[in-house]
Amino acid sequence: MAFYLLRRLVWTAIVVLVVLLVTFLVFFKLPNGKPALRFCGKSPTDQCIELTTKRLHLDQPFYVEYGYFVKNFVAGDDQGWPGLGYSYGNYVSVRSEIIQRAPRTLWLIAGAATMWLILGVAIGVLSAVKRRTWIDRLAMGLALFGISAPVFWLGLMSLFLIWKEHLWIPGIDHITGGTGYVPISDGINHWFGHMILPWSVLALLYIAIYARLTRNNLLETLGEDYIRTARAKGLSERSVIFKHGLRASLTPIATIFGLDIALLVGGAIITESVFNLQGLGWLAFNGAITQDLPTVLGVVMCTAIAVAVMNLVVDVVYAFLDPRVRYA
Amino acid sequence: MSSSDTLLDVRDLSVRFRTRDGVVQAVSNLSFTLRRGETLGVVGESGSGKSVTSLAIMGLLNRTFADITGEILFEGTDLLKLSPSELRKVRGKDVSMIFQDPFACLHPMYRVGAQIAEAVRAHANVSHSAAWVRAVELLDAVGIPNAKTRARDYPHQFSGGMRQRAMIAMALVHNPAVLIADEPTTALDVTVQAQIIELIDKVKRDFNVGVILITHDLGVVAETASHVLVMYGGRAMEYGPSREIFHAAQHPYAWGLLESMPRVDRKLDVLIPIEGSPPSLLNPPSGCPFHPRCKYRVESCDSTTPHLQTMPDGHDDSCVLSAERKREVWRDRIVKEIDAR
Repeated sequence: MAFYLLRRLVWTAIVVLVVLLVTFLVFFKLPNGKPALRFCGKSPTDQCIELTTKRLHLDQPFYVEYGYFVKNFVAGDDQGWPGLGYSYGNYVSVRSEIIQRAPRTLWLIAGAATMWLILGVAIGVLSAVKRRTWIDRLAMGLALFGISAPVFWLGLMSLFLIWKEHLWIPGIDHITGGTGYVPISDGINHWFGHMILPWSVLALLYIAIYARLTRNNLLETLGEDYIRTARAKGLSERSVIFKHGLRASLTPIATIFGLDIALLVGGAIITESVFNLQGLGWLAFNGAITQDLPTVLGVVMCTAIAVAVMNLVVDVVYAFLDPRVRYA
Repeated sequence: MSSSDTLLDVRDLSVRFRTRDGVVQAVSNLSFTLRRGETLGVVGESGSGKSVTSLAIMGLLNRTFADITGEILFEGTDLLKLSPSELRKVRGKDVSMIFQDPFACLHPMYRVGAQIAEAVRAHANVSHSAAWVRAVELLDAVGIPNAKTRARDYPHQFSGGMRQRAMIAMALVHNPAVLIADEPTTALDVTVQAQIIELIDKVKRDFNVGVILITHDLGVVAETASHVLVMYGGRAMEYGPSREIFHAAQHPYAWGLLESMPRVDRKLDVLIPIEGSPPSLLNPPSGCPFHPRCKYRVESCDSTTPHLQTMPDGHDDSCVLSAERKREVWRDRIVKEIDAR
């Protein structure tokens, strides 16, 4: 197991380096690049360009430049680890920008993921157990709605109906707090009030997907021969479904859960925009429209590392869940 | 034979499945009995209703989709009238079952020992460790070497034969009265098949159970069964003591089965297949289900639905042919067989 982990860690590092190379080539070496020109703003002086060229080692061959880039990333630059350079837009170090934005996105993901995992799996199990009844049909109908409804529409509707008009639900105005991010240090109720709507809106799509996935996986598992064996043993239906059925049908869900979380680290751009959370997604989006390459690159690296690390985590969890892959 | 020995008395059992395409008549008017220490061999082609019968006895058919009529009396109690929770108390305790494919029948993510221990705890209020001890004991009893360590293995670390042994161990946890083995050797290597059949036979003697052995393999039935039930198209064609069936079969379908069975004392080129294919149960033939394929059919075969009748020699058969005609055919067969030697 230790050797397996070590091998996987080395591979993860290699994957991150390759992603670093590809993003580096895309951002700094494609014809549109000319980083020095971009860095120096709207009216670049020759002096500024010369200085920047030197600082960013743009006069060196690309592998030397990449070497410095990797060195900064791995060992850190004057701003600390990992060194990601400075934003073209406001000359702030990308590292500090990401560190400031990351908690917002991470809190958003953590809350939404908890919500969608619990509700998605619960609805899926209920649907599978009550298959072909009105409960199943209602749940799957709502799931179809959740998958089809656009997030920006859902976000705006929820803000309007629940926060502004606080319809239907008495006392809801004491709970929801509207848009913008409030740090947890400003009081947990205040923070929660600002997060509950983004969590719900982001989670809804995933709840729908996970409910359908859980339902189909569980139904498929319940048709397996070993489920018949479990029934033949005289186990209770609860034990048959939860111990034997759910155990086998949750392994694929663990895989997808890890990767879904990793992909969101790059930012839930729409949710963050609608609720003005200004997390990593917002950072990447602004970086992209202002052609602020280091910022975009910084967020891309966050996503890449998250995907690589979550892949590793998923594999380890999978080996833990399924003895058949343990020694493979 | 006293009636107190009777474990299982199936009377007029019919199973219908309502499907989108219509009603599937899987089992029709089936009756048989099983006594302690007896092996009932159930033979027939695929789709003859063998497995459905065993699942009906186990109460494993979903009653929303399966329409079951008749009676399944287990020591006098009608299993079909029990509530699901009452039935659950019988299942795995008094009546247990082993299945065809031991590769698919064990849960891939739990240790073999844990799965057997779970069966122990399903009907007995004992501690986890006591259940585990019992599991190891049973694995040892069914011939798993190093049972103590192998109990900690996962099913994929077991060979096919060992998995089937584990399934048998699981079925024996509560010393059941009835053991149903649904084609227990079909998925196994030939060499392992004999071991498993021997094990089931040993278990029958050691635990004094009644065994229902469902199989395609007439050779296995000839070796171990005391009684034979020949099924076709969901109906009993012939039913009686094993010796009677193998030496004085009365039904043309049974003749066909016997002729299509390879035997060491006959040349291979005289294997005679039964022409045609089994009937559709969605739209079964009228009268005797076997009549479209029967070499000896008479006019009334497609109109009268046959029922099992006890023949003068003591076993039941459902063919309408007269005893004289059967004797005639039987004589021809023996002549042919002698020629073939």
